[in-house]
Amino acid sequence: MITTKPRDDRRAAWLFLLPVLVGFAVFYGYPAARGVWYSVTDYNMLNTATYVGAENYAKLLADEAFWNSMKVTAWYVVLNIGSQTLLALGIATLMHRLTRSVMLRATLLLPWLVPNVTIGLLWMWLLDTNLGFVNQLLHAVGLGPVGFFTDETWAMPTVAGINTWAYTGYTALLLYAGMLQIPQYLYEGASIDGAGEWRMFRGITLPLLRPVLALVLVVSLIGSFQIFDTIAVTTKGGPVSATQVIYYFIYLQAFKYFHLGYAAAAAVFLALILGVLTAIQMRLLRASRSDLA
Amino acid sequence: MTRRTFNPGRALAWVAMTVVIVVTVFPFWWMIRTALTPAADIYTDNASLLPEHPTMINFLRVLGLTSEAEARAAGGSGAHLNFAGYLWNSIVYCGLIAGVQTLFCAMAGYAFARLRFPGRDLVFAIVIAALMVPPIFTLLPNFILVKDLGWMNTMAGMVAPTILMTPFAVFFLRQFFLSLPRDVEEAAILDGNGPWGIFWRIALPMSRGPLITIGLTTTVWAWKDYLWPLLVGRDEENRLVTVALGVFLQQSPNTQPDWTGLMAASTLSVLPVLLLLVFVGKRLVQSLNFTGSK
Repeated sequence: MITTKPRDDRRAAWLFLLPVLVGFAVFYGYPAARGVWYSVTDYNMLNTATYVGAENYAKLLADEAFWNSMKVTAWYVVLNIGSQTLLALGIATLMHRLTRSVMLRATLLLPWLVPNVTIGLLWMWLLDTNLGFVNQLLHAVGLGPVGFFTDETWAMPTVAGINTWAYTGYTALLLYAGMLQIPQYLYEGASIDGAGEWRMFRGITLPLLRPVLALVLVVSLIGSFQIFDTIAVTTKGGPVSATQVIYYFIYLQAFKYFHLGYAAAAAVFLALILGVLTAIQMRLLRASRSDLA
Repeated sequence: MTRRTFNPGRALAWVAMTVVIVVTVFPFWWMIRTALTPAADIYTDNASLLPEHPTMINFLRVLGLTSEAEARAAGGSGAHLNFAGYLWNSIVYCGLIAGVQTLFCAMAGYAFARLRFPGRDLVFAIVIAALMVPPIFTLLPNFILVKDLGWMNTMAGMVAPTILMTPFAVFFLRQFFLSLPRDVEEAAILDGNGPWGIFWRIALPMSRGPLITIGLTTTVWAWKDYLWPLLVGRDEENRLVTVALGVFLQQSPNTQPDWTGLMAASTLSVLPVLLLLVFVGKRLVQSLNFTGSK
């Protein structure tokens, strides 16, 4: 037997790591620190930043527009995650019980591959008040044109619906992949015992899918909080500020009004929320791993 | 197992599945159908599945292949459009990010999985902690950094934040390298290979699957990028397809958007990923099994 000497690959290792460490330091570490610093300054891109203590945070907590953006974001997240998760669970179950077709799965993945900007444009056209296909359909059954993007009550459900359309297939495929891990004999056994599809879903699929479902839910939540592209293309935060989500609020503060310090404070706030969600995700990731191993 | 002749539940399930497929695909059909419609027909011909007078003019004009007068006659606003160029920019952008990032992250993932050096686990933990920092948080400072470097409106500025690494790719590839059997590598050490030789000649060729997976996923995300390239790459010369679509919409009159042109441009932005789906769809679909849940 050959015993290998304790190796020390120090020199090689740092060379292997060099590009990633440079990328990390320059574009993650440094900007993260700088972001925290801006949040306690009055920086506006033209001045030299001066320390103002917690002023930005105090202003933020008193800013109605900020609270509106939090409220609007929460509304979006509820609409989007609720519909998307339920639909995805349904579609995944259908696929799991019906077919293993790769063709079908690829088709479901299609909207996920398309840029949100394209999806926004596409639905702006489909939902156009005068010429859009959907309003033509509504007209055909005697319903009046709906201003999907221009009506204050409709705007947010419309945006949420568009993103549900775009991400449900992807989410369904993740859940489906989780379902494939469930041993087939459980279903065969239940079927011999005379259990129907609904009982198998409640008794086998749902409980065994739970770790995967929880993980997918958190990942979708994190993504949902960061909705921007669709809104930037379709409603631009309007009508009034019915769709001015937190990401758009930060974007406006930073790049329209150049209140960089203020925007950074709002970003810290959002980062805290997402940080907690990510920490939960990491926990679940470990949990689901040990479950399936 | 016996096959039941007719099961109403199953039939109903297939009906539901068909509805799902139609709802998924129809908007794309409508996009292409509109792109093939002459702009003048948009008020009269917008309810049938096929256009009455199909035309390629909308594609030609957004690709910048017609004269300005022709484009205007076909419903354009007169603003110059060059989607051939924007598509090329997007392809370069995605190719650079996916290729370089995958290689660098593989190197780092390998070092974290296999090489022995002091501080390894600590450095890894710090890099992975970056997963918790949301993009918007680093976006503002990165914008200022790129501005200070004088990289505004350059490809360098656009790819800079993501070309070297993303924490997820490092994490994902390290996990994979940890699962590779060690014997082959040990044999190679005995043959006198250093870490570099083992990485290139053994570890990389053995990890083609995961490398393609992470490369494809990165390509798709890069193709969809909007906010960052909008901030640092607005100039015509480096404009990506997504940014160009946004600009095109803005230039188009609010009261009567140039829908046929917009849908032609949208179709072009979908075409490359559609090709990706046709050629590597199976791989993409299967990759969801392990980037997603496991």
